[in-house]
Amino acid sequence: MQLILEKRAQASGLMNLLSPVLAILLTVIMGGLIFAAMGKPPLTALYLYFIDPLTSWWSIEEVLVKAGPLILIGVGLAVCFKANVWNIGAEGQFTAGALMGAIIPVLWGEWQSPFALVAMLFLGALGGALFAFIPAWLKTRFGVNEILTSLMLVYIAQLLLDWMVRGPWNDPHGYNFPKSASFEGWHLLPMWGDGRMHLGLVVSLVAALVLFWVMRHTLKGFEVNVVGSAPRAGAFAGFSQTKMVWFCFALSGGLAGLAGLIEVAGPVGQLQPNISPNYGFTAIIVAFLGRLNPIGVIFAGLLLAISYIGGEGVQIELGISDKTTQVFQGMLLFFILMCDTLILYRLKWISTQSSQQAIGDPS
Amino acid sequence: MLNKYNKNAQSTLLQVKSITKKFGEFYANDTINLSINAGRVHALLGENGAGKSTLVKMMYGALQPTSGTIHWQGNEVSIASPAHARDLGIGMVFQHFSLFEALTVVENISLALPPELRQGDLSHRIADLSQDYGLPLNPAALVADLSVGERQRIEIVRCLLQQPKLLIMDEPTAVLTPQEAQALFATLRRLVEEGCAVLYISHRLEEVKQICHDATILRHGKLVAEVDPQEETAATLAQLMVGASVHKVSRDNNDQVGDVLLELSNLYQNSSTPFGVDLVDVNLQVKSGEILAVAGIAGNGQGELFGVISGEECNPNQNAISLLGQAGDGLNINQRRCLGAAFVPEERMGHGAVEHLSLTDNILLSRHGCIDTHSPLDRGWLGIDKKQLAQLNQVIGADYDVRKSKEDAAAGSLSGGNLQKFVVGRELNRKPKVLVINQPTWGVDAGAAALIRQAVIDLSRQGSAILIISQDLDEIFELADTIAVMSRGQLSPIYAAGDLTREQIGLMMAGSHEQSDFNSNLDAGA
Repeated sequence: MQLILEKRAQASGLMNLLSPVLAILLTVIMGGLIFAAMGKPPLTALYLYFIDPLTSWWSIEEVLVKAGPLILIGVGLAVCFKANVWNIGAEGQFTAGALMGAIIPVLWGEWQSPFALVAMLFLGALGGALFAFIPAWLKTRFGVNEILTSLMLVYIAQLLLDWMVRGPWNDPHGYNFPKSASFEGWHLLPMWGDGRMHLGLVVSLVAALVLFWVMRHTLKGFEVNVVGSAPRAGAFAGFSQTKMVWFCFALSGGLAGLAGLIEVAGPVGQLQPNISPNYGFTAIIVAFLGRLNPIGVIFAGLLLAISYIGGEGVQIELGISDKTTQVFQGMLLFFILMCDTLILYRLKWISTQSSQQAIGDPS
Repeated sequence: MLNKYNKNAQSTLLQVKSITKKFGEFYANDTINLSINAGRVHALLGENGAGKSTLVKMMYGALQPTSGTIHWQGNEVSIASPAHARDLGIGMVFQHFSLFEALTVVENISLALPPELRQGDLSHRIADLSQDYGLPLNPAALVADLSVGERQRIEIVRCLLQQPKLLIMDEPTAVLTPQEAQALFATLRRLVEEGCAVLYISHRLEEVKQICHDATILRHGKLVAEVDPQEETAATLAQLMVGASVHKVSRDNNDQVGDVLLELSNLYQNSSTPFGVDLVDVNLQVKSGEILAVAGIAGNGQGELFGVISGEECNPNQNAISLLGQAGDGLNINQRRCLGAAFVPEERMGHGAVEHLSLTDNILLSRHGCIDTHSPLDRGWLGIDKKQLAQLNQVIGADYDVRKSKEDAAAGSLSGGNLQKFVVGRELNRKPKVLVINQPTWGVDAGAAALIRQAVIDLSRQGSAILIISQDLDEIFELADTIAVMSRGQLSPIYAAGDLTREQIGLMMAGSHEQSDFNSNLDAGA
């Protein structure tokens, strides 16, 4: 006997919509079991994790602050994955964007004007895109798998940031702490609310809406769909696979870089070794949970942001390690991919003698 | 020729009783009964997708039936694997061979034999057997050096060494020239005289009439008829296969030939994939009002030729392609379309159309590049003009009789014939000056094929130049004004269709025109 995946004759449209809901539900149930196994009260823990962050204005604000970068990176990755281009290194492009944008506050601290902020935003996006061009070039020139290269470049970017804030860009008045000088004036994004809400969320929502339009209604969106799902038909339509790889890395890298700059010019306010709680990796989950649809990504981004705040909550209240955040995020990705697979395929036990042919087509 | 009066003397060798095979919810075979008698050639007929291959794979143990039973010489058996089938005495020659090119004939055969048959002087036995059955083979030859017909002989000899009682052949002549096919038929006749049974799968009706004693016809997974092929005509068999009578294509004489619209001169192109075919010194001309057919066995460079002419395989560094009087080498596929060319690739699904996209999106696929509608389909940031696409879809659907479940259905929901009508209609709707179409009616039902062929002829009579790449000689003679033959990446000179016979084309398919061993086999058209 052998267990195989058999393609379903027809994928259920309803289940396709319900898949993220089902995945969230399964994650919550598994999470409860894990809390129980750790000897913590599961219902209390789940309440603290998912509901409590939405009960005070302060924490709602904090959720929105965290959702901003997740959405901005997530929409870029959604387009990328739709085109069958696998940029796993958004975390590195995020860091590269933050570094590039920080050139102005660190080296031209005296240039105080709204244009300085615009230039920073531009440089941030440029830095992310340029850094993403490395895997794009390796893929189109040498056929190197972009999953490996983009992932490995994450660590290069992080170590570069680490070195910069300890070495050349170290704050001269900072008692040798690993950080740059704090950004001042027009080098910071406009803030409001209790002081941590900033322009970043607006940028994220605008990016999601624009990309929704592009993907749904324009030829570029059509091109992404066709090249991603049927490369030969893409060639027949005159779409270039190579240009698509460059486009996807430019877009997703640029948005990740912009998110990185917004983070350091917003909530963080300076360069330091840890500027991201793995936003670039979590955004991969956001993209899939949002069904690779820019509007879906907005909701997925909000949910994953809650998981960050909830993780901090259970750490404070119940003394559970904040690594649970990553466990929850990992489970969520696992369950969403599982649900998606089971929409298209069903599990089946078959006798081994016919197993080698059972997956074949009917012809 | 065939002995029709010994039916009762036959013993039933293999019997299939109400066998059903489901793939998911799809019935590939639905309660089929079939019995095969010793000493007869039994034809299994049906269009592509009728369920022929599924049925024989169950007989050969490569698939297990969902329900129903198989009886071998009167006893119910469960054929667990191909090895088990061979032990019982069932041999099969597949359409696609499984041979190692780097090994010799004898090494390839030895690999597939059970140990007890490998003993002794195998090459001697192979040589004897192949001589005996009129399947000349040199046991020491490298497979890489052999033609497709010779490779098929290896597969047949491999089966015969195991002395099968039933030999299953899956479309054996699909890859053969007419001459090679005749030699194969002689071998099959010899086998049945010795009492062996042959299950012969084909959709070529003339062949079936020529060599088969019985015929079972499948349609959409169901058995529709069991007939004596000697008492049927090709037309009645075709009608049983497709379930409708077939419309005849009409074609008046062509006296409107004008300027050269498509020309290839001394085109060389190295294949972009390791298993592709290099094109060597290809020359051709297609004039306005003319249909040129490129014949040839599949896999001899036809796909590469299509890629070069369409611009999917661009080679800007030569000066070999002229499209409507302009140099075409450096142009991509959309630039060539804008000049007035249109292309229909061999594969409908995944190349000419995208399965999960709607028909309107599939129209956009080949129509976005240049403005041949009354306003552009691509309006940039304003989005795609979906209203105009819907109108186009309606027009194409009506003009080319595309039958679909709903107006803007997904391409994947259309049957093969209707999707091909759609893909061809999408291009013909542009009234192209040059049309290149690869396997125009491959695997489509006879009704759709007739409609497509008529539409192609009508377009040429309006002054377009048309290049057809096809393996189907009937289709070629029905459509072509001029014919050239492709083999191993080389194209023969172009002949007027009336000057060529099937036999001459057959010789050229086998490579008689190739430059490396050019000889005087061909006296036609010279």
